[in-house]
Amino acid sequence: MKTYYNPEDLKKFGNIGEFQKPLADKFFDYYGETFKEGALTAREKSLIALAVAHTIQCPYCIDAYTVDTMEKGCDEQQMMEAVHVAAAIRSGATLVHSVQMMNKYKELSM
Amino acid sequence: MIKSLKARKSELADVGYEISILSEKTPTGFEPDAFGSKLRQTGLYPLSPTKIEILQINVGKMCNQTCKHCHVDAGPDRKEIMTRETMQHCLDVIKGHSFTTIDLTGGAPEMNPHFRWLVEEIRKIDKKVNIIVRCNLTIIVANPAYHDLPDFFKKHNIEVTSSLPYFTAMRTDSQRGEGVFEKSIKALRMLNAVGYGKEDSGLILNLVYNPSGAFLPGSQESLQVEFKKKLKDPYQIVFNQLFCITNLPISRFLDYLLVSGNFDDYMEKLISSYNPVAAEGVMCRNTISVGWDGYLYDCDFNQMLEMKVETSDQHISKWDTETLTQREIQTNQHCFGCTAGAGSSCGGATS
Repeated sequence: MKTYYNPEDLKKFGNIGEFQKPLADKFFDYYGETFKEGALTAREKSLIALAVAHTIQCPYCIDAYTVDTMEKGCDEQQMMEAVHVAAAIRSGATLVHSVQMMNKYKELSM
Repeated sequence: MIKSLKARKSELADVGYEISILSEKTPTGFEPDAFGSKLRQTGLYPLSPTKIEILQINVGKMCNQTCKHCHVDAGPDRKEIMTRETMQHCLDVIKGHSFTTIDLTGGAPEMNPHFRWLVEEIRKIDKKVNIIVRCNLTIIVANPAYHDLPDFFKKHNIEVTSSLPYFTAMRTDSQRGEGVFEKSIKALRMLNAVGYGKEDSGLILNLVYNPSGAFLPGSQESLQVEFKKKLKDPYQIVFNQLFCITNLPISRFLDYLLVSGNFDDYMEKLISSYNPVAAEGVMCRNTISVGWDGYLYDCDFNQMLEMKVETSDQHISKWDTETLTQREIQTNQHCFGCTAGAGSSCGGATS
């Protein structure tokens, strides 16, 4: 069956340089550098990536960072809590806009 | 409790079948002799020993646990154990060769009725050699006859290396069996109580982490920090080092990979994570592994695949350091497990 997303394509991510190498090289250097141990641990960065992957709903990233967080020793509770953080921010962002709705409502109401 | 592959009469209990899977089911895009090719590319083929420093003795396949990933296919239903006569051959070799480490493994090595005798005899020969026992922890609390093991280990200054795949019950029990985590914690407290793992006690307690599934271990250093924190806070348990070991695709872990449909992806990950530095430091270059029946192997994994050392005399009773040092180490695709990422050995990461 043909689908837009193919799990095999994740392994080909590195091939994006085929069409534009200098920019791909710059991107992968930046990517690699970003995920190194720093002020945040590589483990913390991986959990952030997992949460963001759910927010942007990228199936490749979800697969990749599920594996990565497991390899880095995160357990299922920590992983799910990270996703809840993403979900809370997303729903919070929706709800905080309701202040605008309330403002407008009050402006128009007698 | 699950049964061993042998008791289940699984096809995978036949090493010929296992080896055919490893040799023939290489993922698409890789050569059938991918490991040999990688070694050639990095100038390590044929793989040869550096110096024989470690004698790893597998005293038997009998175990009180049946872990899902066990490469030995050990369990309570396995009866193959080393006799005192074969142990005597090992002692004769220990007398005549200067090893840095004698590594006792199994199964649960303590279940061999001659285990304590073997340890005492090794200590009589060599007061200083590092003796490691690969203790599964739960054996200490399994039966009152084993409750004094921490004292026995201490008396003979044995280094204890114990598997604890994770610091939560859920993930530990999913790999090692229901209730294993709780019993392991109890056993770790008993080891700590006699001084194991405590600073300045000189009694070494190392833990082994291996992933509970089809993924590779992360950084040993980071995981050690996490394990120390998670075992100290709620359980007041201390230990020395954490060793990260990659699961090799043989025996019960191979069975799991095939049944769960993870075999191809796992092999691909192992192969694409080949690290030449780890390959240079693989444990088979300074270790000889002795099977329960006295036959010699390059490592405990080759032992389980019945790939004996490639020398004319393959039994401990005919030990010859020179020929063993000059031998060619036997390899197959499972060896990628020791060369992936930061590398893997019985002493953890190798690079």
